[in-house]
Amino acid sequence: MTPDTDVIVEQITLVIDGFEVTVPKGTLVIRAAEKLGIQIPRFCDHPLLDPVGACRQCLVDIEINGRAFPKPQASCTIPVEPGMIVKTQLTSPVADKAQKGVMELLLANHPLDCPVCDKGGECPLQNQAMSNGNPEMRLDGVKRTFEKPVAISSSVLLDRERCVLCARCTRFSDQIASDPFITLNERGALQQVGIYEEDPFKSYFSGNTVQICPVGALTGTSYRFRARPFDLVSTTSACEHCASGCDLRTDVRRGKTLRRLAGDDAEVNEEWNCDKGRWAFKYVTATDRLTVPQVRNENGELVTASWPEAIAVAAAGLSRGAAVLVGGRTTHEDAYGYSKFARVALGTNDIDFRSRISSDEEREFLAARVVTNTTTYRDIDKADHVLLVGFEPEEESPIVFLRINKQFKKRALKVTSIGSKESIAVEKLSANFICVQPGQEAAAVAIQELTNKSVILVGERAAESAGLLSAAAQLADKTGAKMAWIPRRAGERGALAAGAIGNLLPGGRPVSDAAARVDIASLWNVDSLPSEIGRSADQIISDVNNGKVKALLVGGVDPLDGPNPAATIAALEKAFVVSLEIANSEVTKYADVILPVAAITEKSGSFLNWEGRARAFETAVDSLNRSDLRILSMIADEMGHSISLGTVANAAKEIATIGNWDGATVTKPNVSATSAHLVSGDQAVLTSWRRLLDLGTLQKGEENLAGTARRTVAVISPKRAAALGAVDGDLLRISNDNGWVMLPALVENIHDDAVWAPRNSAGSQLLANLGVAHNSVVTVVKA
Amino acid sequence: MAYNDDQLAVMEAIIARYPRKRSAIMPLLHYSQSITGYINNEGIEIISELLELENAEVTAVSTFYTQYKNQPVGDYHVGVCTNTLCAVMGGDAIFAGLKEHLGVENDGVTADGKVSLEHIECNAACDYAPVVMANWEFYDNQTVQSAKDLVDSMRSGNPKPPTRGPSKLVTWKEASAVLAGVNDGLANEGVQAGEPTLLGLKLSKEGK
Amino acid sequence: MTKLAPVLSAHWDEKDSFTIQAYKRHGGYTASAKALAMDPDAVIQLVKDSGLRGRGGAGFPTGMKWGFIPQGDNKDHYLVVNADESEPGTCKDTPLLMANPHVLIEGCIIAAHAIRAKHAFIYIRGEVTHVVRRMNQAIEDAYVAGYLGNGVELVLHVGAGAYICGEETALLDSLEGFRGQPRLRPPFPAIAGLYARPTVVNNVESIASVPAIVANGAEWYQSMGTEKSKGTTLYSLSGHVVNPGQFEAPLGITLREILELSGGMRKGHKLKFWTPGGSSTPLFTDEHLDVPLDYEGVAGAGSMLGTKALQIFDETTCVVRAVLRWTEFYKHESCGKCTPCREGTWWLVQILRDLENGKGSEADLAKLLDLCDNIMGRSFCALGDGATSPITSSIKYFRDEYIAHVTNGACPFDPIASTLFEGADA
Repeated sequence: MTPDTDVIVEQITLVIDGFEVTVPKGTLVIRAAEKLGIQIPRFCDHPLLDPVGACRQCLVDIEINGRAFPKPQASCTIPVEPGMIVKTQLTSPVADKAQKGVMELLLANHPLDCPVCDKGGECPLQNQAMSNGNPEMRLDGVKRTFEKPVAISSSVLLDRERCVLCARCTRFSDQIASDPFITLNERGALQQVGIYEEDPFKSYFSGNTVQICPVGALTGTSYRFRARPFDLVSTTSACEHCASGCDLRTDVRRGKTLRRLAGDDAEVNEEWNCDKGRWAFKYVTATDRLTVPQVRNENGELVTASWPEAIAVAAAGLSRGAAVLVGGRTTHEDAYGYSKFARVALGTNDIDFRSRISSDEEREFLAARVVTNTTTYRDIDKADHVLLVGFEPEEESPIVFLRINKQFKKRALKVTSIGSKESIAVEKLSANFICVQPGQEAAAVAIQELTNKSVILVGERAAESAGLLSAAAQLADKTGAKMAWIPRRAGERGALAAGAIGNLLPGGRPVSDAAARVDIASLWNVDSLPSEIGRSADQIISDVNNGKVKALLVGGVDPLDGPNPAATIAALEKAFVVSLEIANSEVTKYADVILPVAAITEKSGSFLNWEGRARAFETAVDSLNRSDLRILSMIADEMGHSISLGTVANAAKEIATIGNWDGATVTKPNVSATSAHLVSGDQAVLTSWRRLLDLGTLQKGEENLAGTARRTVAVISPKRAAALGAVDGDLLRISNDNGWVMLPALVENIHDDAVWAPRNSAGSQLLANLGVAHNSVVTVVKA
Repeated sequence: MAYNDDQLAVMEAIIARYPRKRSAIMPLLHYSQSITGYINNEGIEIISELLELENAEVTAVSTFYTQYKNQPVGDYHVGVCTNTLCAVMGGDAIFAGLKEHLGVENDGVTADGKVSLEHIECNAACDYAPVVMANWEFYDNQTVQSAKDLVDSMRSGNPKPPTRGPSKLVTWKEASAVLAGVNDGLANEGVQAGEPTLLGLKLSKEGK
Repeated sequence: MTKLAPVLSAHWDEKDSFTIQAYKRHGGYTASAKALAMDPDAVIQLVKDSGLRGRGGAGFPTGMKWGFIPQGDNKDHYLVVNADESEPGTCKDTPLLMANPHVLIEGCIIAAHAIRAKHAFIYIRGEVTHVVRRMNQAIEDAYVAGYLGNGVELVLHVGAGAYICGEETALLDSLEGFRGQPRLRPPFPAIAGLYARPTVVNNVESIASVPAIVANGAEWYQSMGTEKSKGTTLYSLSGHVVNPGQFEAPLGITLREILELSGGMRKGHKLKFWTPGGSSTPLFTDEHLDVPLDYEGVAGAGSMLGTKALQIFDETTCVVRAVLRWTEFYKHESCGKCTPCREGTWWLVQILRDLENGKGSEADLAKLLDLCDNIMGRSFCALGDGATSPITSSIKYFRDEYIAHVTNGACPFDPIASTLFEGADA
């Protein structure tokens, strides 16, 4: 475990089983033993949970300065002391008998269903019963039984008779996730894990309880009875769902991903991940995967084509003057491919990875403050105050939430959130919630009092309020606070670093800087690079519709994510479109050439998480599909402008040589906020965010996971509810000139002028339904 | 919610007794039983709302303690001590006798809803064994017959008074309110002590 | 012959003994006035000097416990009185509170002053409606009279049926609104108790003893009892005796003396086994009639003074039945937190049931003892340890009786013979 502070900790030397070991003060005996390679059996112990000493499996004999404890002690609860002599089961017959005795008691009521238990083969109870148990069980009575399994949510099943009541799951839910929806109920021999019958275990982090359950009591619905652990091939991987950057383990059997587990990275996700990262992976196979290239024929029909034919058609079409739209989900290497392709093959800076609501102010902000930013999770650990701006950590970067929550739980870290609706996470963090009219966040930001130990976390939605990013940058400058930008998608920070944006070349080099252009031109072995700042995604769309841009190269973009889906679709219809995609989508519908690409599990690569930290992963599943950059290289070759990036390894090697720009920095944006909306009567200012679990493309096919999504509601304030005569559950109609949505009301803490709805949930796809998502006046009435 | 404003005011007053409001969970559960007779979902939900807890957290607490019931009990909840000393001295026979007499098993309720029966653990009245409790009032030195007479009196609507307690047996719900801290004005009724309690003092006064 | 010495029980025979008027009639609330005029440390010293030790079972010196509370730490301190009397056989605090609740209130006022606490709580078991009434009425009256509310607040917290809440850290978790499961120690309550603040947890009888100590002085208290066990205490006699009841005597009196002065065993029967301090204290037999009932005396004879709950069983009682029933109690009351207690008590009950029903074997005795060895000292708190006491001690003294169940194929005792109404037309 990484200490959360920089304070140098006193070292303590003790003796365990005759071996001296030196560990930092505060280390528990059980972990000091691990350092020597001595494995003391345990169930309730978990290095990231508070010690509880409940299972009593880790009993050892301890003596301090000649004084022996009269009875064996739980090594998971006792911190080391100087002069301590510990005898584990290896050297103390008393400890050995104590452990075997506890093991027998644990097994007394444990069913012998290992052959059909998902945990069989990777079960700490099974393993430790072998290593530290008696060969025979002396119970000849009747074991305790319970109804099995109980679905405590659509994602998690509970077999109570397998449970050893170590309370890891309940402690995780309470201590780590602050979601105490599962608890120990009843008492004594009837004690059992349970939920309140009306409230399922709807925690975004519920899957961690399955992973840390030391027996087969908690199992994932989707994985239950699907595989034996020894049939699985495991690959270290990185999560593609968000910018938190979780280390993962992907388990594959016969070419099919069967499950994913949180990996262990103390600097990033510790040992946790969110349920989306764990349980949303079937989109790779469950959706309508593309396998062969297709080209639109004279009749306007898409027909299968050979790779050379498709590449040739694509090359010819793109030669007419193309721009590049690359979604925020590409790997760093693929984004680099798009970036280089735009400049070298298309001769343009018209590229943008921001397939979402964005602004020119944001682009300037990213160039000035983000692309070489070095703020990390550790800065949150050490912060005196965390300010959240346009950012809901639990929904938009769940591991960032866990990290803030860890410090909140540990030392009541002060958190301030500026927004219009108080979120569940803000409540859980007891954050100071500064409530403003949607769009008016900048003024509140400007007056925050921070120090140089504070951290400002800015979400991608900050771009949706004019002046907000400018205000955040000014606040950071004024106070010396650290600032980080946390986008929702896993690929955005990498795409930014790769220069997949109109104002930057790779490594944060400003397009506007001649020296920067020379740098990259010489690396790329071209005479020069285009010097005009490229179009933004919004400009590209409007200029296609204006006829100024003829062709589009599109990779991993969902038009429904953009600010104006109708305009985007019109542009796709109008332009010559080359689409690199894994599955049929809104884009392939209008594409002139469709080139199938490898899904994330089928290729290697890396993401840069919000910290800018590389999260590399290997190919988990063999396939014939090619990565985006391989295909881009083929098109570039066909166009006669080689980008020389045949493989991911090549791209990674080239990226590594670039380094960050150390020349003149671009100036930070200085945009003023717009004035507040004047609303009256049924008018309200809309605000929203995307929930972690929603209609996102990468969650397709995951019905069990979808069952734990939060309820789709329209949130209004008590004052507005009174004016409307509405109570919780009444249907509200939110509308504007573009359309409407109808949702059940929830009366909560939200600005009186505002109405909130989820951005992309069932029944509430705001960009598609209303064409707006934030800072726009709508009408709210009782339906 | 069926809890009326007066009841909610009592609940708020209970919460106000404590430096931290979560501490009020147990008296609130007792109070909830005084309204509904047992802990139902409505009770759980209102307590979690008042204390800003998850329903699961309140459930975890309510299911831990034996006195909180998850199903209705009788107007008079009869507990027969069958811990060792009382059991040996007659508690087992009394419990068996009452089961037969009432036609219910442990935790059962008579069809008329008047009497429920439970075998209980030691109730701190061993010098009055065998002990029977009704709505947690003491009925000391019971026999099988006296216990049957007691439950008969309950079913006839005129329960015998406790040995050491008020002059009239209150109902389960009324007793639950007392446990929640509501003053029913009966504290001064009944004896200050039974004979065994006073025996040592008496003997001392006799010079022993 | 040791003489009875009523102090706590001195005025219980007055009909209105539980009222504030009766309490004041005998000098009630003068000790607290005296103590409040003293420096808190002087009060702690006085209680230390008196030699008062915890009456809840462990016998820890009360004044020393108070002295552990950090002073001048600018934190809230709390006093918590353990009135969760639930140990089988124990029945002293309940009659005390029914007869004289004000003595506990006055003790709380003094103790809170000594440890600089502004808040005190009495955690009383929930299964005693009338005692709750009396206690709450007394608190109300003490507020009206101004004894409470001027520097110390006192709240009666009513439990809801969980023996484990008599364990002080489980009690604190319960009082904080959690499941009553014991906490890890350290930190000890004196450092991080209620709401993680310095807290003293004392038994009812300990705190109720304080006003008399303050009123009469440490020397007076010291003059009673034995060398290391000072003062008087309540002995609760129950079971197969002619006259069960409460006997307040100096520490060190013997069971033989108590039986003699109270009238002895019931007619025609003789003592078989007894508990010196509740079911968690190893059983004694007629060999132990002359063991001085003080902390050292009982410990020296292989048991514990505990709560001085003298449960007396005569030769009509089946020890296996008695032990089974106690074990069922521990199984029912195990909080479930730790494996040895939760699973161990569950398993012990199965074996003991078989033995009592004549379905056991001699090998079961070895298994019982080995399981007890795997529970004793392996559990999270003392509940698991206590659960093994009746088993190991009964096998030690009555092994033959266990074997008789095996060879008989049934329990050799007639349960009716041991009832109080044996022979009567029950």
